[in-house]
Amino acid sequence: MPVREVDVAEISAAIAGACIKINYFLPDDMLAALGRARDTEESPAGRAALDVILENAEIAAQGEFPYCQDTGYTVVFLDIGQDVHLVGGDLMQAVDAGIRKGYKDGYLRMSIVADPLFGRENTGDNTPGMVHVRIVPGDGVRIQVDAKGGGSENKSRHKMLVPADGKQGVKDYVIETVQLMGPDACPPGIIGVGVGGNFEVSAELAKRALLRHPVGAANPDPAVAEFERELLDDVNALGLGPQSLGGRITALAVHVETFPTHIASLPVAVNTECHAHRTTVVEI
Amino acid sequence: MSDPIRLSTPFTDELIDPLRSGDRVLVSGTIYSARDAAHLRLRELDAAGEPWPFPAEGAVLYYVGPTPTRPGHASGSAGPTTAGRMDKLTPMTLEHGVKGIIGKGNRGEALWPEFERYHAVYFAAIGGAGAVAAQRIRSSEVIAFEDLGPEAIRAIEVEDFPAMVINDTTGADYYTQASEAWRHDASK
Repeated sequence: MPVREVDVAEISAAIAGACIKINYFLPDDMLAALGRARDTEESPAGRAALDVILENAEIAAQGEFPYCQDTGYTVVFLDIGQDVHLVGGDLMQAVDAGIRKGYKDGYLRMSIVADPLFGRENTGDNTPGMVHVRIVPGDGVRIQVDAKGGGSENKSRHKMLVPADGKQGVKDYVIETVQLMGPDACPPGIIGVGVGGNFEVSAELAKRALLRHPVGAANPDPAVAEFERELLDDVNALGLGPQSLGGRITALAVHVETFPTHIASLPVAVNTECHAHRTTVVEI
Repeated sequence: MSDPIRLSTPFTDELIDPLRSGDRVLVSGTIYSARDAAHLRLRELDAAGEPWPFPAEGAVLYYVGPTPTRPGHASGSAGPTTAGRMDKLTPMTLEHGVKGIIGKGNRGEALWPEFERYHAVYFAAIGGAGAVAAQRIRSSEVIAFEDLGPEAIRAIEVEDFPAMVINDTTGADYYTQASEAWRHDASK
């Protein structure tokens, strides 16, 4: 198998373009899910909130005003083919150069502080990105860029349950998380749940669950898919509704991802996403 | 739903005391942006015995950190940020005379009686609808803490800025009432 050379400048340019695109254009599947929510929501206050949300998407898509003023952490998932040879410089520097250019050229907000505890000085260019790299078969590079709002990220939770807690324990934890989230995470959005693995794997699973495409697609495992349906019913039975102003639709979808875990453990992570679900994939 | 109530800044007790949680309002006039870092700076000014950079008496604070303004526009996207993060520092702003706060999301229960005590109202705008919010902004100018970037304090002129009363001057909270009618048992 010949090695394919990919210049990191290409990755950088792809990320810059993606940062701008996602902050102005909601993905089609998310728009469709919001449209279905508008059609099915029974609460007048909930419908009125969804009308504003859909109007917001239309204004943003004219390319002048970002969908949300919180243009997010920039989360970058890189799946790099094992037959790829990256040339032209440092990969991580190239990723951040892409973010820097995208956020500047796109009139996007710089929302990252350099040190979380001391000073909290804004880095001024939205870097560093939150980067996850996997080596995969093939000679391609798959780049997923996600702009994740701080308000919704703040409502995410993680807990190490024990095996005896089981499915009901996971369910109770997810419902409690959504109840605590209330209006703060700008519903209706997506609830990403990672179950299994260890402490950090479950958290990444939850983030990857959010990014499942299309929004609302079922997990391929029928048992997990059934669990997702039950969770969505229970979440929406809370009555919080759009913007937590009362209604049937608190979440558009609950996505659950699972991974093998330890005989002692049942880790669960819940990553809450707002209606500003901004993500795209670029393949090189 | 009844017609929204039009309010002009600065606010007075007479203007806001009749408001009730769940009322929809349209705010016009000057409001001041202040979020996490700006609140910490305001606390530092208090500690140093120095004046605040805007007239707080009757003022409306907007918890917002806008996107950069494009040439030819009055503002970038400017929707509300999560208000609960400012809970600890909110009594300080009410003590200075702030009468209205616009944000989104829950305020801690401990704060509800403070709105009653100080005759102040907390309003929520639609979270995440930054592009819609920008359409109601006529001008936006940094007046303090420019080094904070998106967290600087701005004087923002708004016209018919839509919001809803969440916590009124009687200590009521709209979010806790709103979901009651829609809560149900999923197993039935």
